[in-house]
Amino acid sequence: MHTIRRILLFFAIVLAVPVSAQAEGLIADQSFGKANNEIVVTFAAAVDRAVVEDPANYLVYEEPDPDIKLELVTVVLSDDQKTATLTFAEPLNVRVGHVVSIDRLVESGGATTFKVVQPYLGYLLSILISALLINNFVFTKYLGLCVFFGTSKRKDTAKGMGLTFTMVIVVSAIMSWFFYQFILKPFDLNFLQIVIFIGLVSLTVQAVDTVLRKVNPALFNAFGVYLVLVIANFVIIAVPLILADNEYNFFESLMLSLGAGGGFLLALYLMSSVRERMELANIPQTFKGVPIAFIVAGQFALAFLGFSGLSLF
Amino acid sequence: MATDKTSFQLVVNGILNENPIFRLVLSMCPAVGISTTVMNGFMLGIAVLFVQVFSSCTIALFKNFIHPRIRIPTYTLTIATWVTVIDMVLAAYLPEAYAKMGIFVKLIVAFAIITMRLEMFASKESVNASFWDGIGMGLGFMFGMMALGFVRELLGLGTILGYDVLGFKPLLFFVLPFAGFFCVGLMMAFFNYIEIVYKRAKRA
Repeated sequence: MHTIRRILLFFAIVLAVPVSAQAEGLIADQSFGKANNEIVVTFAAAVDRAVVEDPANYLVYEEPDPDIKLELVTVVLSDDQKTATLTFAEPLNVRVGHVVSIDRLVESGGATTFKVVQPYLGYLLSILISALLINNFVFTKYLGLCVFFGTSKRKDTAKGMGLTFTMVIVVSAIMSWFFYQFILKPFDLNFLQIVIFIGLVSLTVQAVDTVLRKVNPALFNAFGVYLVLVIANFVIIAVPLILADNEYNFFESLMLSLGAGGGFLLALYLMSSVRERMELANIPQTFKGVPIAFIVAGQFALAFLGFSGLSLF
Repeated sequence: MATDKTSFQLVVNGILNENPIFRLVLSMCPAVGISTTVMNGFMLGIAVLFVQVFSSCTIALFKNFIHPRIRIPTYTLTIATWVTVIDMVLAAYLPEAYAKMGIFVKLIVAFAIITMRLEMFASKESVNASFWDGIGMGLGFMFGMMALGFVRELLGLGTILGYDVLGFKPLLFFVLPFAGFFCVGLMMAFFNYIEIVYKRAKRA
C-alpha cells in the first residue's frame, strides 16, 4: 500500500512539473499543438487581436540555441480572443523546450516570455505507443519474422513466446544500455557494439534459463522451450542498436524495450488467433501452410499502416 | 563423419535443395524488408555470403577445441566478429548501399540460417567441405533475395537494376514496404504449384 502511494505521488509530481513551470499572470496554458508545427497558447483574459495576430511581435527559439530564431508563419486568435495558435514554417522538435516571447502584449510595453515544454510522462508514453503500434517491429519494421511465423500456430504458444520474449528483451535492453553508456562510449569502443550486444543477449538468455530452472521449475517447463528461440529473433538485437543510435536515456530505453516486447506479443497473439481459425478454412493446396500465413501477415501490415498518423500526446 | 558430396554438389545443394529462403523458410526478415530492388538483394547477399563462408571456415578449423556446452555462444561471437568486419568494410567503401540496407547488415548476426549451418554442418565437417557449403548457402540466399528483388522491381517500377525495361509501372503496390509479405507468400505458392504439377506429370 505504501509503495503504491509513493508511486502515485511520483507520477503526480511528474505530471505537475509542466504546470508549475508556466509563466504567471496573463498566460494560462501553453502546449505543442496537434500538428507538428504548432504551438497553442491560452490567455487568462481576452487580448488585443492586432497585437497577437502580428507574427512580427514574436520571438521563438529552442531553449539550447537562443541564436536560431524559428520562422513563424501565421498566428490565429480564436473568437473569444483567448486562444492563439502559432503556425511555424518547419516542424518543431518537441523533444526540447521552446522559449516564446511576445512583444507589446501588456500595456507597460515589455515582452512576455514563457517556455513550452512537452510533459515528460506523455513523451515516455508516446515512445511506448510508438514501439507498440505505430512502429510495430513485426508489421512495420519486418523484424523477427522467423520466430513470428514459427510460433504463431497456437494461441498458447504465442502467449508463452510473447511473454518470455518481453521479459528477456527488457532485461537485455537495460543491460545493453548500461554497457553502452558507461563502457562503450567513455572508452570509444563503438565498433564492438555488435559483439557486446549479442554477447549480452546470449548471457541474459542463459541466466534466465538457469535461474528459472532452479527457482520456478513449473514456469520453466512452460516457457523454457521458447528461450532458445529468443536469441534467433532480430528484434532482440535491433533494440539495443536503436537505443545506441538514438542516445536514449534510461527511461526511454525501458519504454522502447517494453513497447518492442509488447508489440511482438500483440502481433503473435493476433496472428495465432487468425491461424487457428484458418485451419478450418478451405485453402487452395498451393497456399496451405506458410504461403497463406504470409498473405495474412501482409494484411495485418496494411492494417497497422493505419496507425501511422496516430498521435496521443 | 565426413560428407561424401563433391564441392559442386554442396554448392548446388545450397542453391536449390536447401535454399535458405524458399526451402528452409529462414531469414525471412530481409526477404520481406529490403528486397525492393535487385541491387539491394545482391548487396545483402554478398554480405551474408562473406559472413557465412568465413564463420563456417573458422568453426570448422576450431571445432575440436570448442567445448560442446558453450558451442552456441561461441558460434554467436564468431558470427558477430565477422559481421563487424563486413559492417565496417561496407560503411567505408560503399556508404550509399550501406545507408539503404540500414540496420539489416548489423542484424546478420541474428540470422538463423548462419547459426544453423554452423551447428549442423561446419561443426562436423572438414574446412574444405564447410567452405563449399558456406558458398552454397550464401549463393542460395543471394539467389532468393535477387529473385524477390527482380519480381518486385519489375512489377513495381518497371525496371531491372535501375534500367527501364517495361517503360511503364505495372503495379506500384509491389515496391511498397508491406508488399514484401504478399510477394513472398505468392512466390512460395508459385513454387508449390510447380512442385505439384511436376509430381502429377511424373505420376501420369
